[in-house]
Amino acid sequence: MSIALDTSRISRARSRAAARRHVVAGGLIAALVLAFAAALYLGDYPVPADGVIRSLFSPLTGLTDRGIDFIVLQVRLPRAVLALLSGTAFALAGIIFQTLLRNPLASPDIIGIAHGASAAAVFSIIILGWSGLSVSLGAFAGAVLTALAIYLLAWRNGVTAYRVVLIGIGMAAMLAAIISYLFTRARLNEVQQAMAWLVGSLNASRPGDIVVLGGAMLVLVPAMIALLRGLDAMELGDDTARALGARVEINRLGLMLVAVGFAAFATAAVGPVGFVAFVSGPLARALLKGAGRGFLHAGLVGALVMLVSDLLAQHLLPDTQLPVGVVTGACGALFLLWLLMASGRSGRVN
Amino acid sequence: MTAPVSDRGRKAARLGLGLLLLAMALVAIALLSLTTGARAIPAETVWRALTAYDPASTEHRIIWDLRLPRTIVGLLVGAALGLAGAVLQGATRNPLADPSILGINAGAALAVVLGVAFFGLTQLSTYVWLAFIGAGAAMLVVYAVASLGREGATPVKLALAGAAITAVLQSVINAILLTSPRTLDEVRFWQVGSLAGRSIDIVLQVAPFLLAGAVLALATARLLDGLSMGDDVARALGQRIGLSRGLAGLAAVILAGAATAAAGPIAFVGLTVPHVARAVTGPGYRWILPYSMVMAPILLLGADVVGRVISPPGEVQVGIVTAFIGAPFFIALVRRRKLAAL
Repeated sequence: MSIALDTSRISRARSRAAARRHVVAGGLIAALVLAFAAALYLGDYPVPADGVIRSLFSPLTGLTDRGIDFIVLQVRLPRAVLALLSGTAFALAGIIFQTLLRNPLASPDIIGIAHGASAAAVFSIIILGWSGLSVSLGAFAGAVLTALAIYLLAWRNGVTAYRVVLIGIGMAAMLAAIISYLFTRARLNEVQQAMAWLVGSLNASRPGDIVVLGGAMLVLVPAMIALLRGLDAMELGDDTARALGARVEINRLGLMLVAVGFAAFATAAVGPVGFVAFVSGPLARALLKGAGRGFLHAGLVGALVMLVSDLLAQHLLPDTQLPVGVVTGACGALFLLWLLMASGRSGRVN
Repeated sequence: MTAPVSDRGRKAARLGLGLLLLAMALVAIALLSLTTGARAIPAETVWRALTAYDPASTEHRIIWDLRLPRTIVGLLVGAALGLAGAVLQGATRNPLADPSILGINAGAALAVVLGVAFFGLTQLSTYVWLAFIGAGAAMLVVYAVASLGREGATPVKLALAGAAITAVLQSVINAILLTSPRTLDEVRFWQVGSLAGRSIDIVLQVAPFLLAGAVLALATARLLDGLSMGDDVARALGQRIGLSRGLAGLAAVILAGAATAAAGPIAFVGLTVPHVARAVTGPGYRWILPYSMVMAPILLLGADVVGRVISPPGEVQVGIVTAFIGAPFFIALVRRRKLAAL
């Protein structure tokens, strides 16, 4: 009796999983659209909703109002777009690392890559006296060099997850010491400037950042999707994957490079905004409840977290604008608490 | 179990002699710490300053007001960090346990930052209690997070939980420092980890805690030996596991909290020294603990002396020097082998 029945059961389960994926993706996209609209609408200077819409289409319609257009097109739109892009990039970097290293705590802001970017940026601000785009370049170089150093130091007849994690943590501690040393070597205003960069913020978003980060993602996202095909085999363990013909080391190296690229470009654009990389993957998987690995869903979650955090940072307190990193840091604390309680119930992490 | 008694006696004599030699090395490095600095002071002048103090002499005043407190703080903090690291490694059976890796330093730092920002503390001596509370709370949370899951607190999970909690605490610290330049200015010289500018008041204030912590830590040696056989064996031998871990953890928090309060967060001393001690003594905390207690101040004072002469006319703080010695050691340790639980 059973073969026909079994295949129908499997196909039913598959279509249920697919339906869940689509529902979650649809819900996330709807929430993103709402948050994006709110980001364009809310602000110190009141702009009516029809003014926002007219302003958005003014390049097509030619109906301009210089004051409103400046606020909507030059201030709010770039900020929201940058939040969207950087949130997605952080989240993808995070979920790639968490998947490859098989640990929900192993995101790039924990295992040293963000520290590399930070140390390089603080060095360029305090010692070299740089500002603006050159600091971003320094941070990018710092992130890539740190990732490379971690990978090389962890290499010993191949790379194992626990070596990458632990060596990353060791590097992070050393880089943190460098940062505190540089802090004692500078004038207070330079330290404050470096501190503002370290917290991470969208307050000083520049059009150039959007172009660079957007261009990088146009390359990195397709590369990630191509490399993900080999991941199913890798999750069965290195030996099984090799037996199945997957080129484990090359595939893993490629994915890590892509993840480092996401983290480095995003950090260069907005600073090391904490915990977006850390929370997005696990949140996406919790929403999917086992229906898929959720890489693209994690990207959507990251964009949403970043956008909503920035809205909160701008409007939570009546007369101060917090940097977005303060709000995401609080999210990280809440998330750890949630992880604690959730796994207290189920008896396992992840 | 046929090891002849004379063999064990010989081993004890050998290790006792080694401890004596290390103590002499410690005296030598303390003397070096008194003589070295922006102004080199010869040993006989140091001796005269200590035995026949002459207030009119600048050199004598440098010795009494600057170098002597600094050296004593280095001795106390070093001993405390070495012991704290050894006790933590024993209690968690984790070769990577260290106050900085486990988030204890970040907890102390957040408490101090809160105190400076919201209660207007400016005296180093008032930091002590805050540092204690922060250190203890952070350690409890880290251990709780790492113990999640079926396999319990493995080395990797402890290190990751410590790093994650450190990241959370650091982002709170950053937020406060960003909004309060006064706190930033106050705290940035403490947060780097340094022995410079510590007065004798600090010594007097933290010494009782360090003493109590050291006694408690040394008293846990037998318990740690029991734990090192594994929970099941230790339980079968009649040891109360939870109580043993709790006592050892209390000792570590007192020691690490007091050391951090006095010198600021200093990384990696507590990590590296117990490994070197264990390589000399073999397993057995009855020897590892005293060896760690004597070796750690040698490392700390040595690093402090190096920091004083490495970039004249300025100084590199001791926390930076130990990080640059300790991080490569940590990485080498991770690379060497699979991290078997201790």
